[in-house]
Amino acid sequence: MTWSEMEPLLSQALGETLRMVAWSTVIAVAAGLPVGVLLVLTDRGGLLRNLPVNRALGVVVNVGRSLPFVILMIALLSFTRGIVGTTIGWQAAVVPLSVGAVPFFARLVETAVREVDDGLVEAVRAMGGSTWTVVRKVLLPESLASLLAGATTTVIALIGYSAMAGVVGGGGLGDLALRYGYQRFETGFMWVIVALLVVLVTLVQLAGDLAARSADRRRRGPAPRLRLLRPRTP
Amino acid sequence: MDTIVITTTDLRKVYRSRGREVSALDGVDLTVREGEVLGVVGRSGAGKSTLIRCVNLLERPTSGTVEVAGRDLTALAGRTDRAPAALRAARAGIGMVFQHFNLLSTRTAQENVELPLEILGRAGRRDRARRARELLDLVGLSDEQARAYPAQLSGGQKQRVGIARALAGDPKVLLSDEATSALDPETTRAVLGLLRDLNRQLGLTVLLITHEMDVVKAVCDSAALMKGGRIVESGTVAELLATPGSELAGELFPVGGVPSGPDRTVVDLTFHGDSASRPVISQLARTYNVDVSILGAAMETVDGRQVGRMRIELPGRFEDNVVQIGYLRELGLQVDIADVTGEADVTGSAAPRAPGAAAAPGLPGLAAAEAAK
Repeated sequence: MTWSEMEPLLSQALGETLRMVAWSTVIAVAAGLPVGVLLVLTDRGGLLRNLPVNRALGVVVNVGRSLPFVILMIALLSFTRGIVGTTIGWQAAVVPLSVGAVPFFARLVETAVREVDDGLVEAVRAMGGSTWTVVRKVLLPESLASLLAGATTTVIALIGYSAMAGVVGGGGLGDLALRYGYQRFETGFMWVIVALLVVLVTLVQLAGDLAARSADRRRRGPAPRLRLLRPRTP
Repeated sequence: MDTIVITTTDLRKVYRSRGREVSALDGVDLTVREGEVLGVVGRSGAGKSTLIRCVNLLERPTSGTVEVAGRDLTALAGRTDRAPAALRAARAGIGMVFQHFNLLSTRTAQENVELPLEILGRAGRRDRARRARELLDLVGLSDEQARAYPAQLSGGQKQRVGIARALAGDPKVLLSDEATSALDPETTRAVLGLLRDLNRQLGLTVLLITHEMDVVKAVCDSAALMKGGRIVESGTVAELLATPGSELAGELFPVGGVPSGPDRTVVDLTFHGDSASRPVISQLARTYNVDVSILGAAMETVDGRQVGRMRIELPGRFEDNVVQIGYLRELGLQVDIADVTGEADVTGSAAPRAPGAAAAPGLPGLAAAEAAK
């Protein structure tokens, strides 16, 4: 295959992957953030302590997390058809991707929010702050760096899932790699796609790290700068 | 000055965990007068922390009432765990300072001070910024420090930010939860000095809890001792000194020292009133022609008067010194015969022991046994 043959295929597949991942990330963040925060608030010692709600949410999240994505995707076929009207195409793939990513991100949110010092919550309560104030002024800003790191992990996981979604008609880079690399023995083309995926994941990780670092004010000194390809210092 | 600002009545707090009940507060009655700095001292686990959190209802007492500035906060709290608006409004009028500062790491010092103003609904970003600057200036922080993040500030500076933040709502009452326990001695002195200044300048009533007697000595008008969820002693420093056998007075003004030999009488004198300005010791020596040695002393000058305790040694047994001791009592001093023979008795010889003195080994300087009067 020549580059001029590859190029249109690649750009179309990349566009599909990006659209699938972008939309499902938006939905995962929009739904996972409140679920994750609620998991903390309703737990023992939380501001909205309500153990039945907490346990129920926990079970839903655990079930969502433990189902392998392929199975989730197939199990949701009729649900997807009900929402999008079809089970083919990147729009249809967004549904199972989002459903899979919401509990994933919710757990990451929970972990991030739990790390916020209880003393800060106490301080804001002592000032007369409501639960909503605590969430808005303390829990979310103080955990922002971890939340951004969690969102980065979620995006990368979604890029992986999107390859599977492609196989059942979602399109995207994963689908392209499978069709050309596996079914037509275009190994070279497959490696090009793999390289593209590596570049994509690296860029997402770098952008996520940069965002998380600039949100983190816990260390001394001025706002951190990006250090390319150097391991994070704890 | 005698208006009561904080009153707790029969405050009880019981924690239940896995069927076991732990009583953190066991009927606490506490009053804090307007403009007063009251220090609650006690060991960890005595219930100090629970007490101060019950005052602004961060912890809900199991029973009993809390009144701050004439308002019954326990009545405002309602039944649920969530704080109703009325309670939140009342809390906004009570400043609180914390041991670990509890500043938001993602906000600068100034933005941290603006936070309570945002919660109070003070309109105008610029007004809030100006007010925050004023408060930071009041606690002695520069404009440059106002722009710094907490991670860039020292412990003392962070606590100054914490104090500025606590003052943002123009509170009448400041609660201080071990505010200096995480600071070094020098910074502790500076921060306590600041609290004292604010108390005087703004007429702020301060309730502080601490495990350090030095804190009480440095800033408190009154002190209360907590043990096992109860307040076992309380009063102004002078009142405590005037209380025979007061544990707090003993810890605030510890005196040590052991007799130099057998046949000596060791006497602990407590200065708490008018007598303190008179040259008591030299008068005693001259009147009875006795040699008085001072074994130890812890004296402070409060409002121009000397208060504190002193341990002196008189030659001869107790029987030989009855007249002298009576003279000291007449001068208005509190006189206790110290039972310090136990540790002085290195030779094993018979050491003098005051008649009627309760033996209290192992508690030097604390349990000065009271002599028969």
